[in-house]
Amino acid sequence: MAFHIDKLEKRWIFMVAGFVLMAWGIQIYYAVQGWHPPSNVEVIDSAQLHLATGVGGDEFSEQNIGVKRDADGQLIVTMVAARYGFYPQEIELPQGEAFKIRIASFDVLHGIYVPLTNLNLMLVPGYVSEATTMLNNLGDYPMLCHEFCGMGHAYMFGNVKIVPQDEFKL
Amino acid sequence: MTLSTTNSDAPTPEYQATAKKLGLSHMWVGFVAFAAAIPMGLYQVAERSNLFASLESREVYYASVTTHGVLMAYVLSTFFIMGFGYFAALHSLKQNVWSPLFSWAGFVIALVGTVMAAVPLLLGQASVMYTFYPPEMAVTPFYLGAALLFIGSWFWCVDMIVGMMQWRRANPGMAVPLVMFGTTINALLWLWTSMGATLEVLLQILPMQFGWVDTIDPGLARTFFSWTLHAIVYFWLFPAYIAMYAIMPRESGGKLFSDELARVAFVMLFIFSVPIGFHHLYMDPQQAAGWKLLHMFGTFMVAVPTFITGFTILATLEISGRLRGGKGLFGWIAKIRWNNPMTLAAMLSMLMLTAGGFGGVINASYSMNALIHNTQWITGHFHLIFGGTSVIMYFAVAYWAWPRITGRRLASTRMALWQLWLWFWGMLLTTLPWHVLGLLGQPRRVDTLPYGEELNALWNPHEVVMFSGAVMLTVSAVLFIIVLVRSHFSERLPEVPEVVFATAIHQPLRVPHLLNSLAFWNWAMLVYMLASYGYPLLQFAFIGTPQSIPFGFGE
Repeated sequence: MAFHIDKLEKRWIFMVAGFVLMAWGIQIYYAVQGWHPPSNVEVIDSAQLHLATGVGGDEFSEQNIGVKRDADGQLIVTMVAARYGFYPQEIELPQGEAFKIRIASFDVLHGIYVPLTNLNLMLVPGYVSEATTMLNNLGDYPMLCHEFCGMGHAYMFGNVKIVPQDEFKL
Repeated sequence: MTLSTTNSDAPTPEYQATAKKLGLSHMWVGFVAFAAAIPMGLYQVAERSNLFASLESREVYYASVTTHGVLMAYVLSTFFIMGFGYFAALHSLKQNVWSPLFSWAGFVIALVGTVMAAVPLLLGQASVMYTFYPPEMAVTPFYLGAALLFIGSWFWCVDMIVGMMQWRRANPGMAVPLVMFGTTINALLWLWTSMGATLEVLLQILPMQFGWVDTIDPGLARTFFSWTLHAIVYFWLFPAYIAMYAIMPRESGGKLFSDELARVAFVMLFIFSVPIGFHHLYMDPQQAAGWKLLHMFGTFMVAVPTFITGFTILATLEISGRLRGGKGLFGWIAKIRWNNPMTLAAMLSMLMLTAGGFGGVINASYSMNALIHNTQWITGHFHLIFGGTSVIMYFAVAYWAWPRITGRRLASTRMALWQLWLWFWGMLLTTLPWHVLGLLGQPRRVDTLPYGEELNALWNPHEVVMFSGAVMLTVSAVLFIIVLVRSHFSERLPEVPEVVFATAIHQPLRVPHLLNSLAFWNWAMLVYMLASYGYPLLQFAFIGTPQSIPFGFGE
């Protein structure tokens, strides 16, 4: 009934345990610094985004979407994803300034992703997706849908233009 | 395929005849699905690359992607695993299934389900991807067919578990053969794994399809599906590991380095499979950060059984290389039986597992996941782990099993070796560019790339490489089918080769109870599942999500 384990195996298992502890350590280190995936668990009535009466109010109605500053001066990007586009279709943001994006789907499952950045969210009907990040390189980037959402999926993308801070106007 | 024409006078034991019939039928269904899905893969690579304008058709593309995914990930995998499982189980225990009728019922149910799902898939009525996330809906037969495939596979799970219990009762205190311990724990794993998607289909999708309810919570559906989505990969991987541990050592002319540690690896692969699915939901809004962090810890634990397997398999290969005269630090590598398909496949599989594993560390990372979620990187990752690491071992198992089933010589070992090398290089040439494309921002699951010339200029060179890789994979798949078919008509062997599994250097007659029984681990899984999925599922009862109406996918 003895459990036979080779000396080499023991050493190897210690190494593997070290690897796992290191991986956990790196994850915890960044989590403690505030690097969390988007996880706000906030519900909204996706079918009534345009109405003040639905769950979640009219935050995502036509007159309220776009780029704004809140009372504390933080940049807030409010957007709607719907087959097959993002609304507003074009936004402008200042280089290197943190902004909070809040976005909801109007119909089916979507995603939003800006290539070559960490702006990457799933958009699940019934929920508000939120993340805070910044974009550092000047120029035009597609904001594209990265979750299959129907036959027009590949053509679902908008544009974000990153401008120098001094050229940015609201 | 007559099964009883050996020169031996003794009649073939009943279990051997059953093992051959069940093994051959299941594996052929799997490989036919594979053969049907391969040209779809080649077409998809060509279509999405923007290199062949005349091929562009989004309807055909999305129908093809969905069918390719379902055939490879559900049909090839499940049928191969059942076939190999029956073949290995009956031979290792030397006992028949408790009821052949029951086993065949499972086979027929799974086959009917496959056909039922395949028809709407091919007609373009179920182009919702193999992940079928609501509120987009396919036609009802697609879900019913998938459910039947799952239900049929549960018959196999019952057969494996009952078989192991019967054997332990007849051989009290003895160690269950390693190949059977691994196969049974995989059967139990599959019962747990398939439950998530089953609950989603039973509680959410079918009630809506039948008109009993009008709305659905897509966040709940995604949470249910994450329960299945990661552990299913370990279900696919298990038979590859089992073949490496229990067949490869003999085939390579050596001995298994350790039997006990293989069992430890199997148990860990089981425990850290299902309760860790949230890394598929890192970018989702409907689950809170703390739960995602908890699942991250378990996700990284898979490194332990994976590295144990890597160690044991390489040590086993080294033993065989040294037994064959290999000297020095690396001299044994040249002496490995590279001309034996199982040995070669194990080596190539390990290399692909290493590459895929590095990528997996990024996927598992709590915050870095944002860089690659739903990009082409993901497609590259799971093709390396399933299409590469797992499926190359399915090929090797077939090459090993066919002469033992048909009693005929493998039609061409040379062609088999070519096929394995081509699969390896084809898979690397396809999936490494996909990893790069993902880092360069290319999304997965798109039929065309209209995001501007700048990105296309970045992407195009990698598209050309991936296309050449896909051509190699297609040629390799054709060779595989040719070898298998020809092996039904090749020269009859004087004696059917015996099915004997590898023994370890220190072959244990008895092992600790925890490494010989599944009951404790089954309870452990229940506790771990309640801890990791209990509240995250329960929350949907009171957070008050406004539900979604169903949508089609063709608008």
